[in-house]
Amino acid sequence: MGETPHRSADAGTGGTRVTQSHEWPAGASARVAEAPVSTRSPGGTGLGGGGALPRSRRFGAERAFRGLTLAAGTAVLVIIAAIAIFLVAKAVPALRANTENFWSYEGWSPNETEPKFGIGALAFGTVLSSALALLIAVPVALGIALYLSHYAPRRLGTALGFLVDLLAAVPSVVFGLWGRDVFSSPVRDFSVWLNEHFGWIPLFGGDGPFGASVMLGALVLAIMVLPIITSLSREVFLQTPTANEEAALALGATRWEMLRTAVLPYGRPGIIAAMMLGLGRALGETIALALTLGITFGISFNLIQNGGNTIAANIANAFGEANETGRGALIASGLVLFTITLIVNITARAIIYRRREFTESAA
Amino acid sequence: MAKRVSASNVTAYYGGFKAIENINLTVEPKTVTALIGPSGCGKSTFLRSINRMHEVLPGARVEGSLTIDDQDIYDRDVDVTAVRRTIGMVFQRPNPFPTMSIFENVVAGLKLNGVRKKSILEDAAEKALRAANLWGEVKDRLGKPGAGLSGGQQQRLCIARTIAVEPQVVLMDEPCSALDPISTLAIEDLMFQLKDKFTIIIVTHNMQQAARVSDRTAFFSIEKTGDPGRLIEYDNTQKIFSNPSVKKTEDYITGRFG
Repeated sequence: MGETPHRSADAGTGGTRVTQSHEWPAGASARVAEAPVSTRSPGGTGLGGGGALPRSRRFGAERAFRGLTLAAGTAVLVIIAAIAIFLVAKAVPALRANTENFWSYEGWSPNETEPKFGIGALAFGTVLSSALALLIAVPVALGIALYLSHYAPRRLGTALGFLVDLLAAVPSVVFGLWGRDVFSSPVRDFSVWLNEHFGWIPLFGGDGPFGASVMLGALVLAIMVLPIITSLSREVFLQTPTANEEAALALGATRWEMLRTAVLPYGRPGIIAAMMLGLGRALGETIALALTLGITFGISFNLIQNGGNTIAANIANAFGEANETGRGALIASGLVLFTITLIVNITARAIIYRRREFTESAA
Repeated sequence: MAKRVSASNVTAYYGGFKAIENINLTVEPKTVTALIGPSGCGKSTFLRSINRMHEVLPGARVEGSLTIDDQDIYDRDVDVTAVRRTIGMVFQRPNPFPTMSIFENVVAGLKLNGVRKKSILEDAAEKALRAANLWGEVKDRLGKPGAGLSGGQQQRLCIARTIAVEPQVVLMDEPCSALDPISTLAIEDLMFQLKDKFTIIIVTHNMQQAARVSDRTAFFSIEKTGDPGRLIEYDNTQKIFSNPSVKKTEDYITGRFG
């Protein structure tokens, strides 16, 4: 906010009656404090010292530290460049050998003598399952975060927050196995019910079999990204200045109105960042989806029939028996996934940047 | 538009700590009343009890009775949000909503009350900003962030936000303590104008300010740290500052303690 001088008004307008009782004239305290400082340089000339100014040192800690940070910063760029060059170098020969259109072909058989593989269905499946997972997870996560930060008694809030964080520590293969062996049967029953009653909506159509579907994968993914989104947004909500919350309350806001007026807008950039981190995890999630999805190569919006696939899951499934071209094809698909993630991140930045004027003055 | 505020035997706690004890005082409509006293004497606690902001803190509670025009604001059937709409509050540090524009800040209270029509909001915003002596400075940049204004302008923005909902009583908790002398003067002038319409109660550490702006002054004090704050003397401002009837008041305003 910049200019909020502390108590200057009191000092400025304070009249004679108050200042008369001070023992020292203004400035006296500063002079007293200066006296014992001169111990660092011999001769007692004080830190400001007499004589000529010393030359600046050419190799000091300052310079060494600067070099160290520069090296660390450069290392990041070098590593990224090295990875990019490696990936492109491996991907290009496989893409050359591809006898079908890489973007539109629905299938993945790069190990044949005439390699055929296409990224379209995989990219579509990746985006669909991640978007669906986010759609399910975000409202729940924000609800939990608001409860933990503003409704729950402090001790309960801390304990529950810890539990949510613990959920993030569960390895994804455990989620995958649990999804495949336990969670799939209620999801199958639910899918059958949806198909019976809402089968006229294409999303829930089809003749089965149901279960190992995009819906199962998305639900498992939603549970996996829940802790990230929850704990980040909770942190952001807790940082809302009390002054703003009180301002809303003093205007006659109920608790929920206070959250809407002061807390949620203040936390908006943080919520977006949390969502993007969650989406990043969902897009890159490998083994849990490889275990829960039906693994087909087709573009379909059907959520409940067996099927679905993602780039990362396909890499996990196909890498074992891939030959040289097969590995190149998988690396090419990894590059596409990387691009998708990049676009998502840039979009998020753009959203935050658009309201920059407001969020910066808030800091 | 302005109402009488009466406190009888008001005692407020923070958990087990008794912050103020048995405060009795009546504030007449359309006057400015200053609450003065040394730090920790419970002025702000009492002020926050008047619009039920005290109870926002965990473990805080108030006993006794507080009425505005004979209606007990601590009655169980009273809606606390209605109390706070009737009794507005300006805080020590300017606290505009950082994510909102100047315009959105001013009409935030109206929007909370369900006013949606743009023309009504625009009229109310202009009226409130004019009343807060801020209209001329911001009329060309109502869409800019409220937090981008100077400290003094922000505080006037907060005053505009408070009076936009047309409360009966306006509480001010050291509204000038974070401002420079010129902004302070602007806000003091504003208080003179506002008392035509509102009952104003102001907490201040600045006795010159109390003497300049208030009609009546209440002096609070504590015996020693840890004791509850009490109302020592409450009288016309002129009397308090020229001829107080309690020795302790005189000691305080002449700067012998506190």
